[in-house]
Amino acid sequence: MLLEVENLCVNYGRIEAIRNISFTVDEGEVVTLIGANGAGKTTTMKTVSGLRPVRQGTVRFEGQDITSTPAHERPVLGIAQSPEGRGCFVGMTVLENLDMGAYARADRKTPKIKEDRDRVFGLFPRLAERRSQVAGTMSGGEQQMLAIGRALMANPKLLLLDEPSMGLAPKLIQQIFDIITEINKQGTTVLLVEQNAAQALKRAHRAYILETGEIVREGTGQELANDPAVKAAYLGGDV
Amino acid sequence: MDLLLSNFWAYTIGGLAFGAIYALIALGYTLVYGVLRLINFAHSEVFMWGSFAAVWVLLALGAKGATGLGLVAFLIIGFAAAMAVSAAVALGLEFVAYRPLRKRNSPPLIALISAIGASYVLSEAMGLRDKPFKWFGADDNLADYVGRPREASPLPLDVPTVRLFYIFDYHVSNIDLIVLGSAIVMMVVLDQFVQRSRLGRGIRAVAQDAEAAALMGVNRDRVIRLTFVIGGAMAGAAAMMYLLKIGVTRYNAGFLLGVKAFTAAVLGGIGNLRGALLGGFVLGVAESYGSALFGSNWKDVVAFTLLVVILLFRPTGLLGESLGKARA
Ligand SMILES: Nc1ncnc2c1ncn2[C@@H]1O[C@H](COP(=O)(O)OP(=O)(O)OP(=O)(O)O)[C@@H](O)[C@H]1O
Ligand SMILES: [Mg+2]
Repeated sequence: MLLEVENLCVNYGRIEAIRNISFTVDEGEVVTLIGANGAGKTTTMKTVSGLRPVRQGTVRFEGQDITSTPAHERPVLGIAQSPEGRGCFVGMTVLENLDMGAYARADRKTPKIKEDRDRVFGLFPRLAERRSQVAGTMSGGEQQMLAIGRALMANPKLLLLDEPSMGLAPKLIQQIFDIITEINKQGTTVLLVEQNAAQALKRAHRAYILETGEIVREGTGQELANDPAVKAAYLGGDV
Repeated sequence: MDLLLSNFWAYTIGGLAFGAIYALIALGYTLVYGVLRLINFAHSEVFMWGSFAAVWVLLALGAKGATGLGLVAFLIIGFAAAMAVSAAVALGLEFVAYRPLRKRNSPPLIALISAIGASYVLSEAMGLRDKPFKWFGADDNLADYVGRPREASPLPLDVPTVRLFYIFDYHVSNIDLIVLGSAIVMMVVLDQFVQRSRLGRGIRAVAQDAEAAALMGVNRDRVIRLTFVIGGAMAGAAAMMYLLKIGVTRYNAGFLLGVKAFTAAVLGGIGNLRGALLGGFVLGVAESYGSALFGSNWKDVVAFTLLVVILLFRPTGLLGESLGKARA
């Protein structure tokens, strides 16, 4: 198991954002968390990347208990996140942002970095064109690509993507999902949060459904995509 | 007017030299503000402690009367002592006055009060400096020297003023050259460090988006400590330059200088490194011209009028953007 989350509870003050959830992500998988607004998806992602303190439960990565490992030590272990709302460094250029992605890598001074950068530019040619542009002046969609590219620069074992298709044009959304599938084929495990449940379920090996802080269903992507209750609640009947 | 016109270059270079001192202190305000969104009001005392560090170390080494290479060595030692002690005091502030509050998620106002309190403690501790010396029975000479609690302590170094070369009609002195030269070198090094080095990028990343920086593997606490150390060292260098220009320091020397440097930081755009440098120089020169035009009693009025006028037209300061957003 690459990631094991067990009986996790996370609070914002008195508010219980997630209650007693358990899930796993196996090496090589794409796993998706589906849920309505406010269900606790982002909170779960932030807890896995260490930005939120855990009230109860454990998070294990490659068998190692990382529940109280500070966020800034987790990229070294192989966890990278493209956060909800992008979180690009708006005053830095595209290149500087990508370099920040590789900040924690031990091999950051080797030619491997350039290879990875070229890989990102291959996936997002737009970023290559804009390499010297300041991130703050790029469009929302471009910044989204940059956030994903920056996370890839960490060369992670586990890639956390929180709503990577947010703010993208329909055609680009397809592309992003293709890219996620491609990244996964190249060997990166992906934990994906998406509003676009239809696409996410189609691409994911397995999925969990979060409702007000609890996991209410789990199954393979296909199982859930064909489930009438899931269809009614999350797919809006358009699949 | 005539006074300014007939001595234009003297006032300009004198203003730039003082501006360099403001600018170096302003860096500390702006760096810490960038990563913590906190005005470190005790930074003025970091400067003041640096000035005493230089005085005491040079005194203990018997620097007075040195000439030639010895003098140069003592100058370097003075800079080093001031920078080291200021950096240490700044780091101490972070550990004692700010970090514990941050760990408890206290609101910004509390940190500000802590800053003001720390400022008083540091200033008064230096004001009473003869007492500990008497308790510990330290070297009589040194104790005598520092034993005048509320008086000025002169720099125990004889730096003769040597006129080196002309800029137009102004005969530039060695002190102008030391102050401006070393300030500019330090500014360029710091600027390049922040723009290009990995740690410098870490500082900018934390300033722009602390959560995203953590996701990249940047240790925020380490970055914060680093900004206090850098800001402190710069204030220490400024303290030595101040001693060279003014010749004496006092336990309350930090106050007005701190206010001026903070003004410079706001003038340039708080949070913006290059803004702090520009603000410092603009303020120094404006003050210098102001004192030529209206008499030196008016130079502080000129400085603060300038601040108000600039902020009326450019509320975010001359260069506006924050440290985070400023780029190479
Ligand atoms: N900083 C915060 N302070 C207080 N409550 C918060 C905070 N962040 C999130 N919450 C609450 O925690 C719950 C879960 O929020 P979360 O952001 O994890 O939802 P989400 O599933 O990602 O929603 P969305 O689909 O809208 O992104 C919500 O009820 C939200 O109001
Ligand atoms: Mg969310």
